[in-house]
Amino acid sequence: MTATPIPTTYRRPLRQRLAVTLEPWLYCAPVLILITSVMLVPLILGVSYAFRDIQLLNPFSGGFVGLEHFKALGQDDAFLRALRNTLWWTGASVFFQLAFGLILALLLNVPFTGRGLAQALVFLPWAVPTFLAGLNWAWLFNPVIGPIPHWLAALGLMDEPSNILADPSIAMWGPILAATWWGIPFFAITLLAALQSIPKDLYEAASIDGASPIQRFFSITLPYLAPVIAITVLLRTVWVANFADLIIVMTNGGPADRTQTVASYIFTQAFKRLDFGYASAVALVLLALLLAYSMVILVFRQKLSNRDK
Amino acid sequence: MTATRLFGTLAHRAAILCFIAFALFPLYWLLKVSVTPNDLLYSEGVRMWPSRTTLDHFRFVLANSEFPRFFANSLIVSGTTALISTALAALMGYALSRFQFRGKLWLAGLLLVTQMFPLVMLVAPIFKILSPLGLTNSLTGLVIVYTAFNVPFASFLMQGFFDGIPSDLEQAAMIDGADRFTAFRHIILPLALPGVAATLGFVFTAAWSEMIFALMLISGSEKATFPVGLLTFVSKFSVDYGQMMAAGVLALIPACLFFLLIQRYLVQGMTAGAVKG
Repeated sequence: MTATPIPTTYRRPLRQRLAVTLEPWLYCAPVLILITSVMLVPLILGVSYAFRDIQLLNPFSGGFVGLEHFKALGQDDAFLRALRNTLWWTGASVFFQLAFGLILALLLNVPFTGRGLAQALVFLPWAVPTFLAGLNWAWLFNPVIGPIPHWLAALGLMDEPSNILADPSIAMWGPILAATWWGIPFFAITLLAALQSIPKDLYEAASIDGASPIQRFFSITLPYLAPVIAITVLLRTVWVANFADLIIVMTNGGPADRTQTVASYIFTQAFKRLDFGYASAVALVLLALLLAYSMVILVFRQKLSNRDK
Repeated sequence: MTATRLFGTLAHRAAILCFIAFALFPLYWLLKVSVTPNDLLYSEGVRMWPSRTTLDHFRFVLANSEFPRFFANSLIVSGTTALISTALAALMGYALSRFQFRGKLWLAGLLLVTQMFPLVMLVAPIFKILSPLGLTNSLTGLVIVYTAFNVPFASFLMQGFFDGIPSDLEQAAMIDGADRFTAFRHIILPLALPGVAATLGFVFTAAWSEMIFALMLISGSEKATFPVGLLTFVSKFSVDYGQMMAAGVLALIPACLFFLLIQRYLVQGMTAGAVKG
């Protein structure tokens, strides 16, 4: 198994000890090599691009420009708007996914006939490819073939059936609704798994003591779920902030940049303008912000669990 | 007491039905428009089901468009990615589950970090690296990239499944003289088959859905995967709604099949591995 050359002057026990030390690394090697070459090296390269002038169509580009990109970023109104949009898009999407995911998990945690089928059906959106989810919702919002504008008009919320995605003031609700539809199952699955790991005798003891369902929810369920919710919200927030598919498919950042998030802005800079240097500078800012956010949440969670002890 | 209980049960079932309706309606609408004849598309726009149905859109998409090729490309890329990722993740997950070694925590941390940073950040550098290697506009290039992206999560998933298998089993085999790798292949891996199936499903679905890197790395329709083909089609022929949605329904089939295959492992698998809160 160990293919590494071992000096012959060493005695056998050492060779065996070396084999034992190396064995786990042999199992890990393929994954490590792959991750290093496809994720870590490009990550470092990407960081260096942020300080260089790299434009795909310009063969003379490639020189160092120092902090030029970052100075340009500070004056780039489109980028500053994208930052605000990212906050709104991420906050709203995660909030609705968590709220409805929690409700769904609580509903599914009650035994009833047909629970397996119901579970399969409500989890289905999660299997829908995101590009298709985006297109599908864009079609639903389209007054030509979609029902939503007509329903809104019938309810009196809209003067005449028109496309939400074309109205700058409310366009962001389109991708947020699509993201909520797509993301509820993830929260529901995670929270359902956590709910099922709560010891049943706790509830029995509580109901013998006369606790009402609402009291049981707040004194047993919620404290048990809190750590899972914290870590899931952290992971999801980072993920949703980076998630550009729905926006690229549904609005491409428009109308008038009102749905452009930092992630979709990076993609636009790299894909449409082929300006890899500037795109990487934007990406670096996003990475720094997400790191700071993760630190805050982790410290907060640590404080919370210390308080419990 | 019984009245309140009855009311509670009814409210519970009604809420479940609302969630099911919300989850299924967009997919139902996709299916509805894909079987609506063109002459009824606008006149019966908001009807729940058209008065006549047709399979013309599907026939056209399958016979006269490039979608069969996009479909095949996506199948090749997602299938290969799923197989390679799961094989590598099985090895990695086994190491994380069975060995105690220095650097293990650090390794798990590294895998976790790869799940945290913005993948969109890698679009430009990966393009620059793959381009001189001839791996842009190539299905192989996509497989390599997708495998790397999916293997960390797949490893955690496999670790969770291995953790559920008692280690006495392979220790007994090793006392009988088998080396560890043989014990892993012949005893542990067959026991972890449900986990292998779930991991294959997860990775396949993720690779089938990926769009950003496919758009960036693939140009031209020869090597286009389904999302690239569909988005090109949408921007070129944006009035052929029936055909677009028929193509959309096709994109849904493999993902749904895999989902139905794995959905009963979902909650169990998540409890075992991915979320340890």
